Amino acid sequence: MDYSQFLAMKQEIALLIVFLLVFLYDTFMPKGSQKTLPWFTVIMMAAVTVAGFFPWGQQSITAFAGMYETTPIIVAIKNILNVGMIIVLIQSIKWANSTDMIMRRGEFYELILVTLFGMYLMISARHFLLFVIGLECASLPLAAMVALDKNRYESHEAAVKYILTAVFSSAIFMMGLSFVYALSGSLYFQDIYFALTNKLSVMLVVALAFVISGVGFKLSIVPFHLWTADVYQGAPTSVTSYLSVISKGATAFAFLVILTQVFGSFYSKAWEWMLYALIILTITIGNLFAIRQRNMKRFLAFSSISQAGYIMLGVIAFNAMGLAAMMYYILVYIFSNLAAFGVIGAIENATGKVSMDDYKGLYKTNPRLSVAMMLAMFSLAGIPPFAGFFSKFFIFTGAINQGSVAIYVLVLIALINTIISLYYYLLVVKAMFISEDECVIPNFKSAFSERLGLWITVAGILFLGIVSCFYSSLLNLSEEAPQMLMYFVG
Amino acid sequence: MEITAIYYLVPALVMFCCGVYGFITRKNMIAMLISLELMLNAVDINFVVFNRFLYPEQMEGMFFTLFAIAIAAAETALAIAIIINIFRAAKNIDVRSLNEMKF
Repeated sequence: MDYSQFLAMKQEIALLIVFLLVFLYDTFMPKGSQKTLPWFTVIMMAAVTVAGFFPWGQQSITAFAGMYETTPIIVAIKNILNVGMIIVLIQSIKWANSTDMIMRRGEFYELILVTLFGMYLMISARHFLLFVIGLECASLPLAAMVALDKNRYESHEAAVKYILTAVFSSAIFMMGLSFVYALSGSLYFQDIYFALTNKLSVMLVVALAFVISGVGFKLSIVPFHLWTADVYQGAPTSVTSYLSVISKGATAFAFLVILTQVFGSFYSKAWEWMLYALIILTITIGNLFAIRQRNMKRFLAFSSISQAGYIMLGVIAFNAMGLAAMMYYILVYIFSNLAAFGVIGAIENATGKVSMDDYKGLYKTNPRLSVAMMLAMFSLAGIPPFAGFFSKFFIFTGAINQGSVAIYVLVLIALINTIISLYYYLLVVKAMFISEDECVIPNFKSAFSERLGLWITVAGILFLGIVSCFYSSLLNLSEEAPQMLMYFVG
Repeated sequence: MEITAIYYLVPALVMFCCGVYGFITRKNMIAMLISLELMLNAVDINFVVFNRFLYPEQMEGMFFTLFAIAIAAAETALAIAIIINIFRAAKNIDVRSLNEMKF
């Protein structure tokens, strides 16, 4: 065996090294310096991210007999996830250093690094065995992280709901895989693609439905979304923000890879209409349920369900522009959603309040936090000068480029839903700026880490849309992705 | 009588459906976990049978099964740990008691 193949997995190995260092730090460093463990993790993660941008990692390599693949576009999505990960880590510091968490601080950072490792594997896998290992590696430690708040009953309840639905969905996913294996005789993405081209059968449609529903659970697409709100509400806020952006972004990309590289030849015959129905349901039901939520974390859970629907528009577009728009959407969504969670986390850490009614009159006492929250809501809703508008614009354009009338109708429905979503995003802004209340949250000074996280995310919201180099470089990358394009055309 | 693939596939499918049914109807969390194990084991049987009868020249399905067994074991261990936490907090493991958070 050629051991130099491991060098292809530079980013995974870098992440593993960070994990080992954090583990050693947690185990062997004296009690006094334990408080700097979160910052240590942030700095190591930043080093991994910076290393990911260097050109020596950018070439396309296939390793382990084609099981693992890295291309510039895969490196790009991993870099996007890394940036989001840094923000999540920075925002979690105040919570991780609170008295409840001191015993479990190291575990949180170790588990979160392992889940990111699993997502890397999911993205790079070109064989279903590696994909399933990555999927489980990403979802099992997350269940443990959801249960991390030992003193809150909701945390356990959320964890049990998460683990049971996650195992159920992965069982259904693997059942679908066994059908695919029966039909094609291989688990390599490429072999399956060539073995199945133009051989549509009932068994294949069933297998496809099983695979889509299995991955759909992780992405919380609508018929499979029932765990989302409960888990988001019960989990600690840092874990919720991680679940809603990083986990969702990685799964969305992996979903696109599976649908194009494995089932690409059945686009118009089988899975276009499946996704079509799922997207309409996801966007509409996510929006309608978000309107009636009063708990901010539940509210953002339903908002993130409908955002997942918009992300799926990039998959159904089935062209290079859809791919670029989806990645850009994930990038912008990471910044906007993390800004919202940063404010929620700061208020929760200071006062313990997470209800929308508690936010009334927040602008009078905490103007900066309110403005950050307002920018996040505007960006999520897609109001022009902010990044969210551009990401929605590009993803709609990418979908329309596909050209069929059905897609035009779909984009129209998505547009109408954007207007509905504006209503409930503005409810939060109204509560903060216009509503009056007797017991307003008093002015408090948030920790340095929370402010740093908010500054980064607000800068992202303001500049990601206006500075055009982000989107154009993603578009260049996805147009140059030869492997992907081959399947799009073929 | 020759034992063909169908003699293995039908029990596997029945196991899978029993698992789905049990997961939906059972009220005890441990019973739900057992149902999930049934589903995962049905998948393992499927993979082995497809490998043995349809593609005997390669071992891909067998290897997938080995890894799937390990993953299922990890899932069960974690789920039981979380259920024990619930039991400590609520003194029972009935899913109907998990109703703190609702729509």
